[in-house]
Amino acid sequence: MMRPESMSWIVRNLWLIPALPMAAAAVSALLKRSERRLSAGLAIGSMGISLVLSLMAFAEALADPARRVVTFNWMQFGDQWVQLGWLLDPLAAVMLVMVSFVGLLIFIYSLGYMAHDDNFTRFFCFMSLFAGAMLGVVIANSLLLLFMCWEVVGLTSYLLIGFWFHRPAAAAAAKKAFITTRVGDLGLLIGMVWLYGQTGTLLFYNSGAGCLERTAVAGMEAHLTVAGMAVSTAIGLLIFCGAAGKSGQVPLHVWLPDAMEGPTPVSALIHAATMVAAGVYLVARVYPLMSGSALEVVAWVGAITAIFAACIAVAQNDIKRILAYSTVSQLGYMMLGLGVGGVAVGMFHLITHAFFKALLFLGAGSVIHGCTEDQDIRNMGGLRRFMPVTFAAYACGMLALCGFPLFAGFWSKDAILHAAHGWGVSQGPFYLGAVGALLTAFYMTRQMYYVFLGQRRLAEATVSPAAVAAHEIPAEQIEPVVSARTGEVCIIEHPHESPAVTTQPLVVLAVFAVLLGFVGTPAWPWFQSFLAGESAGLDFGRFGEAGLLPLMAVSSLIVFAGLGLGWWFYGRKPILHATDPDALEKIQPGVFHALANRLYVDELYGVTVIALTRFCAGFAAWLDRWIFGGAVRIVAWMVTGVGWLDAGVDRFVVNGGFDEGCRDVARGGRLLSHFQNGRVQNYLRVIAVALVVLAAILLWGRRG
Amino acid sequence: MITLLTLLPIVGGFAVLALARSRDLARAIGIVFATGALAIAVLFCYGLDPATPGMQFEEHHAWAPSLGMAYHVGVDGLGVLMLALSALVVLMSLVASWNNEKHGAVYTALVLFLEAGLFGTFTALNFIHWFIFWELSLIPAFFLVRIWGGKGRAKAANQFFLYTMAGSVALLLAFLALFLATGRFDFVDLAQLAQSGQLTTALAQNLHWSGNPGHLGMLLFWAAFLGFAVKTPVVPFHTWLPATYAEASSETTMLLTGAMSKMGVYGFLRILLPIFPQQMQRAEKPLLWLAVATIVLPAFAAWAQKDLKRTFAYSSINHLGYCVLGVCVAAKFTGADAGLAAEKAAALTGVLLQMFSHGLTAAALFWFIALLERRSGGLRGIDDFGGLRRIVPVFSGLMGIAIFASLGLPGLNGFPAEFLIFKGSFPLAPWAASVSVLGLLMTAVFLLTVIQKVFSGPVNPKWEAMRDLTTTERLAVLPAIALMFVLGLYPQLITGMVHSAVTQWVMGARF
Repeated sequence: MMRPESMSWIVRNLWLIPALPMAAAAVSALLKRSERRLSAGLAIGSMGISLVLSLMAFAEALADPARRVVTFNWMQFGDQWVQLGWLLDPLAAVMLVMVSFVGLLIFIYSLGYMAHDDNFTRFFCFMSLFAGAMLGVVIANSLLLLFMCWEVVGLTSYLLIGFWFHRPAAAAAAKKAFITTRVGDLGLLIGMVWLYGQTGTLLFYNSGAGCLERTAVAGMEAHLTVAGMAVSTAIGLLIFCGAAGKSGQVPLHVWLPDAMEGPTPVSALIHAATMVAAGVYLVARVYPLMSGSALEVVAWVGAITAIFAACIAVAQNDIKRILAYSTVSQLGYMMLGLGVGGVAVGMFHLITHAFFKALLFLGAGSVIHGCTEDQDIRNMGGLRRFMPVTFAAYACGMLALCGFPLFAGFWSKDAILHAAHGWGVSQGPFYLGAVGALLTAFYMTRQMYYVFLGQRRLAEATVSPAAVAAHEIPAEQIEPVVSARTGEVCIIEHPHESPAVTTQPLVVLAVFAVLLGFVGTPAWPWFQSFLAGESAGLDFGRFGEAGLLPLMAVSSLIVFAGLGLGWWFYGRKPILHATDPDALEKIQPGVFHALANRLYVDELYGVTVIALTRFCAGFAAWLDRWIFGGAVRIVAWMVTGVGWLDAGVDRFVVNGGFDEGCRDVARGGRLLSHFQNGRVQNYLRVIAVALVVLAAILLWGRRG
Repeated sequence: MITLLTLLPIVGGFAVLALARSRDLARAIGIVFATGALAIAVLFCYGLDPATPGMQFEEHHAWAPSLGMAYHVGVDGLGVLMLALSALVVLMSLVASWNNEKHGAVYTALVLFLEAGLFGTFTALNFIHWFIFWELSLIPAFFLVRIWGGKGRAKAANQFFLYTMAGSVALLLAFLALFLATGRFDFVDLAQLAQSGQLTTALAQNLHWSGNPGHLGMLLFWAAFLGFAVKTPVVPFHTWLPATYAEASSETTMLLTGAMSKMGVYGFLRILLPIFPQQMQRAEKPLLWLAVATIVLPAFAAWAQKDLKRTFAYSSINHLGYCVLGVCVAAKFTGADAGLAAEKAAALTGVLLQMFSHGLTAAALFWFIALLERRSGGLRGIDDFGGLRRIVPVFSGLMGIAIFASLGLPGLNGFPAEFLIFKGSFPLAPWAASVSVLGLLMTAVFLLTVIQKVFSGPVNPKWEAMRDLTTTERLAVLPAIALMFVLGLYPQLITGMVHSAVTQWVMGARF
């Protein structure tokens, strides 16, 4: 390890990157609700500085890709210390830039999007806290520090999903998100303490003594545990539990679609671009720990998630839910990439996805705002004319997501499919991924037709003349029409393009959605080489690698097929009415309904896991009341019985106990209620006090 | 010094009774004395030399040497930590009851007497002397529950008193037997005998025990265990707790859960671990099962409760369960494998952190409940509210922080403690630790259910006029909340104080 003094300024002060947004959040938390400008200013300002620092860190990593760590003592147990620290390596640098850049754009976008919210100040407080914690996850050089930031990220996710807490659905979704991810986090916690016990440290890298370095990993690989697994595999899988919870992998994916109850910028930043990708980042970070068999699990879980969520996305009607399932599916691809291809493959898709999915969510937010908060795509249609900028940007994001040739998603998804194709273990994940790609193109085309193309189906929103008079709505958005139903003249509000503060971030993101893929093409794999700490040269000859071009052709064909199918079902004949059944529904109503109901996974959990937990809670309470409490009552009763004999026939107890008992039996029919007699305790007390007094007298007596 | 500290609240109690002409004056005097006690306790924390193991500030006076009785007090890292916690919780409780019309001079005086009992318990090193304080603290607590509680207070107070008394009797008998065998009541002496293995022999020889001498040791261990198991409490000896916590006024519950429940864990650390080490090792399996039951069952039961105070009461049992787990795995470690010494140190440090941290959090939670009850006219059902975050945002926000501290969120005080306990427990008892994480999950489930039902959702029109925290109330609560952040971010504040004590315990020299 280098001496701290010899390190560059940015490495020594890397902690500022997460600390600044956190400090902004802390100040913001103390502000009054009315200090809106200050709160937003703090958030955006701190994020801006963090971005600059992140770029400096990135430049530093470019100049010298060697990993540098800074370690400090946190707390002591006995004569040992729990150490924490941060690190800078290409992997962290790439994530830092992505998170702070996308974060900054979304903060700016939120200025417009949240402008009318009462809790504007609180919103920016939570968002800053999130950004700080997320950046902390990125630079942590200790699994413990990563876990701590990871949990704070989970907290902010909880707070922001439930941001509109007065809506019961939002409150429930927030709770569901926290608890579902915590299920995974408990695996992570066990994995972490196990790792700590095995290696004696939680620092990832510490000049040879870190838990991810050769000595530690070799020790864990040699050590076998339950079912003949190597310890490293078991720990890797436990850590993957945490990653699966955060990144919405099947079977812990159920919270992510519900998380769309939060404001749209939250969905974009936390539940699409950054936090949900933290699971992928975690697996990439602890990659040296992941043995072959652990990676097999990662690959399969990823592949299954990819296709499972893509299927469900086909039959959703809420614009944000479609994108949410799409996110789950894409996270599956990233995991698949990590499992079959390595860190660079998974991370490349993580980065490109962050940009185009944030773009899609922000675009969806713009659409939702334009359509007076309606999220049902069946009520939209024809928005292209009213929202040209949003449409153009959204189209870029959509093509990038589908993997349309030359767009960002094409390169990153292709790298995953290529790696899956070459995976020695099984071809299964490759086929799952390929079918998933077809479905992705299909459901995004469906969405485009429903939202932007075709004709307008928006239920005409009528506005009161008073609102028009008060200039709440710009003149170009309204149109007086004669209502077909009543014959009266009323004023309707058109869908409208969003203001510049909203559309400009879209444009910036759209540029990235188109161009970002070129930093990781087979001809110039700069991204992959950077992560590996090598330099990359331009060499078109790499396209000639065996099977690469044919595979690219196949995956392009898949995308075209998906787009074509989408057109066939939804574009050929325009969708006329919001109430028309879906084109797929007409052909396969059963399948469509099953998919629309999310394959009943929530219902399944409701009757199994949740019911079991409820039963356990009831059982524990019952155990307390009747078994443990009953035993106490029986003891008390026996003691009373002795006293009773001693005192002869005690009319009082007989009557009292009998009457009380009868009443209870009549009330609850509970056998043990016989002994629930308030007076019993009095007897016991007398006996116990007497005993103590006796003991005391004896002692004092002996003394004298 | 220590004697002065213990005397201070007693003097305060009498001062309150003698001088207080009005309720306000009584409370003012009470708070002055409690603040003084806290200041002295903090001075002890500063004065303690953390690098020196063993007892410090010791005072030793002969009392009845023929009976092995002595006035012997002293503190180490554990002792000062408990002094600081008791003083803090008592002050919090007195401040919390400032606006409680029912709590007058007598109440304040009893609280101060209870504080003296706590101080005495946490500093005494001779059994008899210790036991007197142990019982002495029970009497004010009994009256606090009995007089100022809710409808079922009489039954609850009796149950609380009897239960603890039954435990104490068992404990007393065990120590009488030890005394008869060895002629010693001093903890330090007894621990030394136990370490050298002479205790078991002495028991067999001097008590004319015809059976296996090991069995007698076990019997005495279980008897002493019972005393602490009731106090802590350990499932299944906990049934007094939910009723007592729910029926006592919330300010009293702050004392019960914040400070008195630590007496049980303190007993585990100070008495059971040093004096019955072999017995604890032999009883490892049942002890671990009890610890796991104490963590998991109440966490589930808490979710089935409808009364906020009962929910948090069960949560309290669950949190102390982690302490019991930490102590039990520490007892399991035999010293044969040096690699596990670190795990034992981690578990014990975690236990100490958890004691302080739970005391702080639980006291704060019941404080918030007291504030809520005062606003709702005594209603505290989980379904009685709804949407409070909109009506009383500051209250909801601050209580939310306390709830998340209780849930073990990193950055707040609960996390370092629970992390260290699990870090130590997993390598020593993997299955027990793995099952115990269910407790962590269920804690999240029921605490978030509380937030969902009380703070979120549509506004319950009944409470639309509820007042948010006043400036005074905010200022009063804020230090406690700030301390949660400080300990969450910088746990070294406590771990630095106790590390030499922990190292001592791990090395085997127990005091």
